[in-house]
Amino acid sequence: MSEALLQAKGLSKRYGGLLAVNDVSLSLYKDQLHAVIGPNGAGKTTLTHLLSGDVPATHGELWLKGQNVSGWPHHRLSLHGLGRSYQKTNVFLALSVWDNLMLAAQSRSARAPYNPLSWLSDASTDKAVRDRAERALQLAGLAQEQQIIAANLSHGVQRQLEIAMVLATEPQVLLLDEPLAGMGAAETEAMVALLHKLKKNHAMLLVEHDMDAVFALADVLTVMVNGTVIASGTPQQIRTDSKVQAAYLGEETA
Amino acid sequence: MSTPQAHLETLPRSVQVFLFVGLIALLAFPFAQQDFYTQTVTRMMILAIFAMSLDLLQGITGLVSLGHAAYFGLAGYVVAYLSPQDAGANWLIALPLAMLASALAALVIGFFVVRTHGIYFIMVTMAFSQMMYFLFFDNKALGGSDGVYINVRPGGLGLDLENKWMLYYFTLACMLITYAFLRRLLWSPFGRTLNGIRLNEHRTRALGYASFSYKLTAFTLAGALAGLAGFLWAAQTGYVNPDLMGFHMSAHAIMMVILGGMGNVAGALIGAFGFEIFLDVFKDLPKIGNFDTAKHWQLWMGSLIVLVVIVAPQGLMGLLRNKKADHE
Repeated sequence: MSEALLQAKGLSKRYGGLLAVNDVSLSLYKDQLHAVIGPNGAGKTTLTHLLSGDVPATHGELWLKGQNVSGWPHHRLSLHGLGRSYQKTNVFLALSVWDNLMLAAQSRSARAPYNPLSWLSDASTDKAVRDRAERALQLAGLAQEQQIIAANLSHGVQRQLEIAMVLATEPQVLLLDEPLAGMGAAETEAMVALLHKLKKNHAMLLVEHDMDAVFALADVLTVMVNGTVIASGTPQQIRTDSKVQAAYLGEETA
Repeated sequence: MSTPQAHLETLPRSVQVFLFVGLIALLAFPFAQQDFYTQTVTRMMILAIFAMSLDLLQGITGLVSLGHAAYFGLAGYVVAYLSPQDAGANWLIALPLAMLASALAALVIGFFVVRTHGIYFIMVTMAFSQMMYFLFFDNKALGGSDGVYINVRPGGLGLDLENKWMLYYFTLACMLITYAFLRRLLWSPFGRTLNGIRLNEHRTRALGYASFSYKLTAFTLAGALAGLAGFLWAAQTGYVNPDLMGFHMSAHAIMMVILGGMGNVAGALIGAFGFEIFLDVFKDLPKIGNFDTAKHWQLWMGSLIVLVVIVAPQGLMGLLRNKKADHE
């Protein structure tokens, strides 16, 4: 297997007396979907925050494409090829689908803000930016919705838009925090199909509660309980792991 | 919710026509009027530049600065200090230096204030401008509470601002350049990013934009443009005092932007003219019996702003809009 694109080495996050994430190590590889599951409060979202740079880790190291990026702010990680979506839909509600994607795509060729050239050129005509936005639009299947204001989209399509925005930044590593949350059956199906497509060419981390989707998509599974990883392996290994059954899957079948 | 529709970034046809007619009127104005009104309109144009510079922060980036007058006043002081006793300062030196001084002050102050948000940003910008105000107010060497006189207005290379007509057309040119520049900036990659920061700063950062640098650049640029207005103000009045940096000056600029409509530059321009026209009307109201209505102009102005905010959240500019066009 090739070198890991994103690697967490012993990440911990402490909030006062609460150890939200405790010594978590994991590696994300290209063309591979790594799912993180666990009951509510297990620290999955906090782990995503640590990996994306939204929240600084208390301990541990983060490596991106062979470079130590511990402590980098998330805009810098984003420019370095790491894209993420949020548990709570996070798009520009006031902008159209296309303008959302253009702003995302523009970040890859943005000049420094203090460069006067970035004050005087026309943002809407940059060919490279338009191409990136167009690719993301097609990939996420949003061509029909191109001109609709994001606030007027259904919840499921907003989530699709958020992933499309991340794709417009052309990341190599994708962190998706519960992309299926609150979706209807048809929307879920469309999203699972999209995630399946994205597995190729990306190293992906998927935090998700929908077990059908997780077992359909995941190449590797990590199970967290109370901030700690209790098991990690292929879906088959996880299904038969006695600790996991006791701590997590057991709850559902009980 | 603030939407681009609410901000009318794309100017409706009716507003474009209004602005064009306004431009023709401004070009012809000095030919049709006495000197007094020409000076009044010059002042309005200067304040329009000031209001537009604030709109870059308030309407476009979502940073409500209650201390923007600090950069306006500072530029005026620079002109005063650069003016010799018996001659005018060379405008080719005084204008860039005045704008540079304002930009530098905005850069340094901005470095501390743009990391704050919402109400804290409002308070901190106000605190810094009050510090500047008292720095000039309390120091005799800087002019003290009396301010500084400019005996001869700036001139040099093709320009003599002692000439009221030249001052008028020079101010008009500065206003047009500022307007064109900011409208262009609004649609530039920089402007789109500032718009993103106003709508959702966290998302903008997550997309890879260093929002701090963007906000600091906007703050500095707005300071420089306020400096342009301050230069012209000093050149027109021939006098600067600490009030130019004061709280009232900053608050008036905010009201101008709200009155006209935020976030599209044109609204700030219209708002500045509207504010000054209403001000003149209110200060000219008749005495009714024992009640001097003109003395209470602030009451009428306050009521007007409240009324505009309630019935026309997009400001005077929103009222110009053709409602039918919205449903197309």
